[in-house]
Amino acid sequence: MDALLQFIFSGVTVGAVYALVALGFTIIYNASDVVNFAQGEFVMLGGMITVFAFEAGMPLPLAAVLAVLATAAIGVALNKLAIEPARGAPVVTLIIITIGASILIRGAAQLVFDKQLHRFPAFSGDDPIRILGATILPQSLWVIVGALVVFVGLWLFFTRTLTGKAVLATANNRVAAQLVGINTAWVMTLSFGLSAAIGALAGVLVTPITLVSYDVGVALALKGFAAAMLGGMGNPKGALAGGLLLGLLEALTAGYLSSQYKDAVAFIVILGVLFAMPQGLFGKSATERV
Amino acid sequence: MSLLVVDGLGITFGGLKAVDDVSFAVAPGEIVSVIGPNGAGKTTLFNMISGIYRPGRGRVSLNGTDVTETPPHKLAEMGLSRTFQNLQIFQDMTVLDNVLAGYHLTERGSIWADLLALGSMRRRADKAREGARGLLARVRLDKAAEQMAGNLSYGALKRLEIARALALGPKILLLDEPAAGCNAVESEEIDRLIAELAAAGIAILLVEHDMKMVMRISNHIVVLDHGEKIAEGDPATVSRDPQVIAAYLGTENAEGAHADG
Repeated sequence: MDALLQFIFSGVTVGAVYALVALGFTIIYNASDVVNFAQGEFVMLGGMITVFAFEAGMPLPLAAVLAVLATAAIGVALNKLAIEPARGAPVVTLIIITIGASILIRGAAQLVFDKQLHRFPAFSGDDPIRILGATILPQSLWVIVGALVVFVGLWLFFTRTLTGKAVLATANNRVAAQLVGINTAWVMTLSFGLSAAIGALAGVLVTPITLVSYDVGVALALKGFAAAMLGGMGNPKGALAGGLLLGLLEALTAGYLSSQYKDAVAFIVILGVLFAMPQGLFGKSATERV
Repeated sequence: MSLLVVDGLGITFGGLKAVDDVSFAVAPGEIVSVIGPNGAGKTTLFNMISGIYRPGRGRVSLNGTDVTETPPHKLAEMGLSRTFQNLQIFQDMTVLDNVLAGYHLTERGSIWADLLALGSMRRRADKAREGARGLLARVRLDKAAEQMAGNLSYGALKRLEIARALALGPKILLLDEPAAGCNAVESEEIDRLIAELAAAGIAILLVEHDMKMVMRISNHIVVLDHGEKIAEGDPATVSRDPQVIAAYLGTENAEGAHADG
């Protein structure tokens, strides 16, 4: 029983990170139907920039804010330099562009930073908290709370604000959105900036636990993608549920089966979802609507 | 004074002059129709005026301001709104939400007010909802308000697009074949709706193939053929113009050039 609780704690922690990556996917997908495979790189940049700014003598909170802002700027640049010039191209082309961008960012990070593993101190110390015989790191709580806060914020943004609805309208029909006075170019800029900032935030929160190096983005993007597919692409609720579920599945597989199969879980989930329910857990309503 | 002035507008696609040196003006409350055989450049002209295409030559001014190459979302803010021949509808939204989207500009407030659901924001949303329902009633879609737009018939979608354009509170409305695909009754309703809008002071620029309708409601007609303006005037003058008759009926072949578009 203690072991199960321990697996659940670590599953929820990892799941919260996947959920943040999946939420990043959700935003850009909602604005443009594009699945941005550079999303994992945003997480990496969040961690890396914080590490280097911190080691350069900046206080940790400031370094973290800098990392989030710098990554958001890189996200906006990605849209301006790579996505916008190709506007009108099929979505598949745009997705391939994001894969190219992810390789570019990874390579650049290798040059600008280095190839080592890095970490910075946890926000609230490293003393594990005991709950019912299992333990959880204070930093895990930061990750979980961070994911919940971002989720609630996005949920309100998409359902309650006019700007959020403008993003959804742009995804639904770009020309019609322009007709009703929505600046669709700005919506795209906003989506990439916001999405990159959320990715970076995930990187900042999780680095004290999992460490960061230039190449952590690939696995995270794939896991986040699996989570988003599982939950139903484009739905913030689905992203959160998909992320947590995937994290739990991974942790339970590692605990009860073998940690070697841990990474396989994400891919089995992708295949399972594609075969059995391509709409994902929360994507049902979309089929009825068409 | 003219609300919309189109001056020497032209665009070339490859070597083809799709529209060449077209000028005309539209005054508030006036209904101006652009007619011409298929491929004459009517929709291209619309696309230039509404900021979808960048004209190669010429100027468009709205209310005395040069709006050539102004993007569509800015034009919407300035009071120019349009519909499309091949419908641009938010298919995944309800009918009501489609029209509400048209209130995007007037409903706009602080994002914080939205997030906190402040009273001011709720009042604004209620007002938009009320207005949207009113517009839907006006185009006789009030019973379909909660349906998904994707489920509506073609004729209904045409009317929905007009309702959404009206939600923007336009000074000038560009209608690209509003009656295409509508039956006689629907067509007559659209006809009446357009006349009502013009009577309310909205300038209407119309592309339409239904000649009876054009002749009945237009104050002024601009005739295009092969991208050039070949005639202009009131319906009676234009319908007697030999060049217009030639463009429509052809001089050497008797086949009508205006097949359904």
